[in-house]
Amino acid sequence: MSLKDKLVSSHIVFQESLDPDSPIYDVRNEAIKHFEEAGFPTKKDEAWKYTSLNKVTKSDYSLFPTGEAGLDYKDVKRYFLHSLDTYKIVFIDGVFSSHLSETTHAGIDVCTMRSALTQTKYKAVIDVYFNKIAPKESLISLNTAFAKEGAYINIPRNQVADKPIEIIYFSTGNEAATMIQPRNLVVAGENAEVQIIERHQSLTQNPVLTNSVTEIFADKRANVDYYKIQNDNQEASLIDNTYVDQYDDTIVSVHTFSLGGKLTRNNLNFYQKGEHIDSILKGVTIIGDKQHVDHNTLVHHAQPNCESHQDYKGIYDDSSTGVFNGKVYVDKIAQKTNAYQSNNNILIDDKATINSKPQLEIFADDVRCSHGCTIGQLDESALFYLQSRGIPKKEARALLMYAFANTVLESVKIPQLKERITKQIAKKLGVNVGFAL
Amino acid sequence: MLKVNNLRAGIEEKEILKGINLEIKAGEVHAIMGPNGSGKSTLSSVIAGKEEYEVLGGDIELNGESILEMDPEERAHEGVFLSFQYPVEIPGVTVTNFIKTAINESRKARGLEDMPASDMLKMIREKSELLEIDRKFLSRSLNQGFSGGEKKRNEIFQMAMLEPKLSILDETDSGLDIDALRIVANGVNKLRSEDNAVLLITHYQRLLEYIVPDVVHVLVDGKIVKTGGKELAIELEDKGYDWIKAELA
Repeated sequence: MSLKDKLVSSHIVFQESLDPDSPIYDVRNEAIKHFEEAGFPTKKDEAWKYTSLNKVTKSDYSLFPTGEAGLDYKDVKRYFLHSLDTYKIVFIDGVFSSHLSETTHAGIDVCTMRSALTQTKYKAVIDVYFNKIAPKESLISLNTAFAKEGAYINIPRNQVADKPIEIIYFSTGNEAATMIQPRNLVVAGENAEVQIIERHQSLTQNPVLTNSVTEIFADKRANVDYYKIQNDNQEASLIDNTYVDQYDDTIVSVHTFSLGGKLTRNNLNFYQKGEHIDSILKGVTIIGDKQHVDHNTLVHHAQPNCESHQDYKGIYDDSSTGVFNGKVYVDKIAQKTNAYQSNNNILIDDKATINSKPQLEIFADDVRCSHGCTIGQLDESALFYLQSRGIPKKEARALLMYAFANTVLESVKIPQLKERITKQIAKKLGVNVGFAL
Repeated sequence: MLKVNNLRAGIEEKEILKGINLEIKAGEVHAIMGPNGSGKSTLSSVIAGKEEYEVLGGDIELNGESILEMDPEERAHEGVFLSFQYPVEIPGVTVTNFIKTAINESRKARGLEDMPASDMLKMIREKSELLEIDRKFLSRSLNQGFSGGEKKRNEIFQMAMLEPKLSILDETDSGLDIDALRIVANGVNKLRSEDNAVLLITHYQRLLEYIVPDVVHVLVDGKIVKTGGKELAIELEDKGYDWIKAELA
């Protein structure tokens, strides 16, 4: 049976196991119908031209892993930002792990989607925000059809999350192959501020397919700072669908660090629905072997006087492949838009590939939009400069690649996270990073 | 220390250096002057080992051993240092991390352990004071957004940190105002010793008022056509290069 058929046929049983009074009972039923019609995207879809899901939809995935396997904190500590006090929403094979988590309801809600979907006190928020920005696309519908668990973060008006929130999805590999579909919702009210770090981590080499949907709402003057760490095992694949609605005077930034995994697809979409908005999209991709990372971004400027900044850098070794497809839409009404996009890539191996496609559609006339894309090797004159100082060629190359990627990290606002990712990148490239003065 | 024997070199089949002979002893400062396009920067790049130049004949010896087969980093480990005319900007690597990496790679090549961080910091403090470099400057990205003067001071700072045997300063005076020139020259003079040597490559005599050479060579069209004492530089400043060209013709 194909994965699609398996998903469709198991949906009835899935729905029966849940509360028919759930506020999203009908939404799920409609979603599975849509997925059944649409199916998985194929390379015939323009947005999936360079990324094929064939290889990752072949495994016989277990769709409802039990998650009874417990994990000891000491065994998975290294996946947390343990040097920093954080709220934690942790899932094991898609099931919430209360003993690894640290949630709160003190002024802000940092808890599970399951609670939000089943308890009446959250119904008002779910009714307003759940599945409201994610468009009707097959993978979104698939996720919605099985939406049950994930992170629920609600920072009400004038509240500031007092510490960063870590969302971690562990896969134990207890099943031969596992499919997980997390559903996250982040609501930041007026003047609210929150920092979030999301990670998907497989603990064995058994195949894992994650199809995740995250919706983020930033009300007036809210500030959302989101980090995605994608540094998973060789057999783990991730489709990350993230949708951001921004209103007046908000700043939302999403940093994506793609350092490992079999196939990673990021659908990152920003919708500017007010004025004086800043949208920041940054990414570092460093992969090798036959790994594949695809960044598919969209910034929709629908109101005047807003900015967007996209900066994606990639280093591709071996037979790895990368895709950057960055869309910027500027509506006629969106005058004084400043939209910047840059995508710079280094191919280390002749067999590595990158497909970079900027796509700007501008209907306003008083705007400043720029995009730049480079694909190249390392700068020979810089290499000679380093060698002339006694740094051997191999180390010099590594140092230059580190430097190339490192500039994206300047905007990471959590120092412990910045240090950690800097070290991970340095280690990956074989650079011994020193002390800072 | 440095012995260049009938060196011929070029780029993409074009011969630029047409038989250079040069000998620099420990403790000496030599200057190579010449008009634009005479091959001054080519000579410095070839000694430092830049790959895009091809050596067509002759030899370069450092302390009696040919360095022609060595990679640039190996030459650096043997004590060759080139202060670049146009230092490369490298965003993402701080001055400190860069110099630390360079020092420890050189030590590794000599079979030594990494320099202890406390020693490194002490040395950085001393040498940055010598070149009147602000501490904040050291945590900036290498050469990125540096003024011309800052770039050159940073080059000499690296020279001070790496303690080379042979320092080649390629147009170090270009783009410097008088204060920066004084600081840079003062730094170079303080680093001079009986055990090291300096090769100054310059178009103008100005630098030589601050770093006084023992020997001055004139390079024209890929050949050293005249060698003399420091007074030769003054003569060149007064008369330009045309009289030498006329003499040759």
